[in-house]
Amino acid sequence: MLEIKNLVVQIEDKRILNGLNLTVNKGEMAAIMGPNGSGKSTLSYVIAGKEDYEVLDGEILLDGQNLLEMEADQRAAAGVFLAFQYPLEIPGVASMTFLKATLNAQRKARGEAELTTPDFIKRVNAAAQQLEIPKDMLKRALNVGFSGGEKKRMEILQMALLQPNFCILDETDSGLDIDALRIVSEGVNALRSPDRAFLVITHYQRLLNHIVPDTVHVMSAGRIVKTGGKELALELEATGYADYRETEAA
Amino acid sequence: MPAVQETIDQVRSIDVDQYKYGFETEVEMEKSPRGLSEDVIRFISAKKGEPEWMLQWRLDAYKRWLTMKEPAWARVSYDKVDYNDIYYYAAPKKNQAPKSLDEVDPEILKTYEKLGIPLREQEILAGVEPERRVAVDAVFDSVSVATTFKEELSKAGVIFMPISEAIREYPDLVRQYMGSVVPVTDNFFATLNSAVFTDGSFVYIPPGVRCPMELSTYFRINEKNTGQFERTLIIADKGSYVSYLEGCTAPKRDENQLHAAVVELVALDDAEIKYSTVQNWYPGDAEGRGGIYNFVTKRGDCRGKNSVITWTQVETGSAITWKYPSCILRGDGSRGEFYSIAVSNGMQQVDSGTKMIHLGKNTTSRIISKGIAAGKSENTYRGLVSAHRKATGARNFTNCDSLLIGNQCGAHTVPYIESKNATAVFEHEATTSKISEDQMFYCQQRGLSEEEATALIVNGFVKDVLQQLPMEFAVEAQKLISISLEGSVG
Ligand SMILES: Nc1ncnc2c1ncn2[C@@H]1O[C@H](COP(=O)(O)OP(=O)(O)O)[C@@H](O)[C@H]1O
Ligand SMILES: [Mg+2]
Repeated sequence: MLEIKNLVVQIEDKRILNGLNLTVNKGEMAAIMGPNGSGKSTLSYVIAGKEDYEVLDGEILLDGQNLLEMEADQRAAAGVFLAFQYPLEIPGVASMTFLKATLNAQRKARGEAELTTPDFIKRVNAAAQQLEIPKDMLKRALNVGFSGGEKKRMEILQMALLQPNFCILDETDSGLDIDALRIVSEGVNALRSPDRAFLVITHYQRLLNHIVPDTVHVMSAGRIVKTGGKELALELEATGYADYRETEAA
Repeated sequence: MPAVQETIDQVRSIDVDQYKYGFETEVEMEKSPRGLSEDVIRFISAKKGEPEWMLQWRLDAYKRWLTMKEPAWARVSYDKVDYNDIYYYAAPKKNQAPKSLDEVDPEILKTYEKLGIPLREQEILAGVEPERRVAVDAVFDSVSVATTFKEELSKAGVIFMPISEAIREYPDLVRQYMGSVVPVTDNFFATLNSAVFTDGSFVYIPPGVRCPMELSTYFRINEKNTGQFERTLIIADKGSYVSYLEGCTAPKRDENQLHAAVVELVALDDAEIKYSTVQNWYPGDAEGRGGIYNFVTKRGDCRGKNSVITWTQVETGSAITWKYPSCILRGDGSRGEFYSIAVSNGMQQVDSGTKMIHLGKNTTSRIISKGIAAGKSENTYRGLVSAHRKATGARNFTNCDSLLIGNQCGAHTVPYIESKNATAVFEHEATTSKISEDQMFYCQQRGLSEEEATALIVNGFVKDVLQQLPMEFAVEAQKLISISLEGSVG
């Protein structure tokens, strides 16, 4: 599904990704763990198409399509979704309005008909209920004055609505209390399907107790330095990232 | 908000050329001699069949104007206007006092159709068009060509007619109020208007009457080298209510054209006037060639106790905008409101704001201004809030926000506050922000194009003001804002 080959990325003359290779298959739940500053968020931004980054080498293919040649909105329509580590606020735009505009924009880009309002509302309500998002929150301006946990739930709500086929979750667990972590994880698990792949970025093992990964990758200094099964996460929890730091010097 | 989607469709459907009202109508016109003189003023007055006092009023204004200087304090710069090189009167030949729509030149009817302005009241009445019911006065260059729903309004006692007609039919009302809010000598442009004004609307709402429908005037400049000098007067008698909307468009031309209007509002005891403007004069091209010079004096007098005047404006057009719709809060307990969205793009220059003059006790005012600057435009909010010695308990709240798109434009806020009464409480908030790249990326990550994302963020920014417009107009205005910002990103 997603194939990244020898990705080299810099920003403002600073090399952040250093020949990164990564493959995620259809239906797979892949986790990336790594110390702060190892380039995890950068990787997610580059996959999603943020402009500031300079790609010096390598390629990113989604089902064979060259993502690097596409604008961020085209990638979104092709099924890439990024749940942001720090979701942005859009003052004055009700969450509901935002959801509808984005969903219809994607449908249009794919040549599908727009949803009727009742149909749209039905879908939002169903997703909101599962994520325990109260209706009045949907009327408020997107992410404005939302707590950290509310913002993360709103990210998952958007994911549930947009039904992307490649989902990146960047530290979705940070800032969540235990209950919110459970709700969000259930939301993610409900979306698992043989046609959809996930890349879950996290520092901590604790999220992976709820969202059980098929594969775990360790990232350090802009590269995947180790790949294993879910037991690798437990190992890391015990030993920390110390073993991998030496690669940074290389 | 399906309007966002409509906005986007609209933006997509237009090509490089953003201004869709730029067409010209071919009709035979009758014009005054070029330039300005006493003779030209006599010509205009005679064309309108005016009584002697009106002509005298004009001539006095003209004499005064000759001694005045064009103001230079606004943050706008433009090539000097040659006041002797324009026509002050232009009217369609075939349109001498039409009694009904059937007598109006079909070319002109087509023009309004193209502009989306409903003049066919029969169809609306018959329910053929499930439109809102809005009475329209259509002003084409220097004359009113049609006014709809006159009869139905007169049943309610409401007078809604071209001002040139009102001068003949209701001279006492006009004489009593015209110039009582904006004195003939008020400022250079208002004085010029007093000398040469041609048409505009007159509205009188009798005591206790709630006007049964929205009233609106559509101003169209069509003829080349012609100035439009509209004059509008609205009087809301005791305990009455009226909501009025004006819209404006003009063809695309390389030369600048002058529009110098005067609008006077009078609200007596417990009366309320809502005045909304969607100003979409031709803004000029990307290099700043052409476009309307919009030099406008609008003022409302809350003359009676507990009266209310609300100005709502959506300003997207004109090369230069010089406009400060104001309220004189004379009656005790009266209230003035000013809600503004001013969008500038390309080389447009906007200097706009309001004055809230608190004279009476316990008067309140509220100012919400949203300036959006894109391209190489300059966008200035200029406002004055003052409390007179006797204005005990006066209160004002002002909020001015500016949004910058790109880094070649400018936004400026110039608030003046004067208080001669210690009990007055004036609050002022102001912010300037940019659409951040992170916000844009976030929206695009969810599938919105750059243009759709900008439209959405801007719509959010102006929401507080859009809510003040009558529903249908809010949707229109929203589209207009997005169209105006077309090409401002990327
Ligand atoms: N816009 C930027 N300008 C300069 N350096 C940046 C920028 N964004 C990220 N970095 C640097 O890139 C490195 C990787 O950051 P990031 O991808 O956020 O790591 P992680 O998400 O793994 O904590 C860090 O050293 C960070 O300081
Ligand atoms: Mg990060």
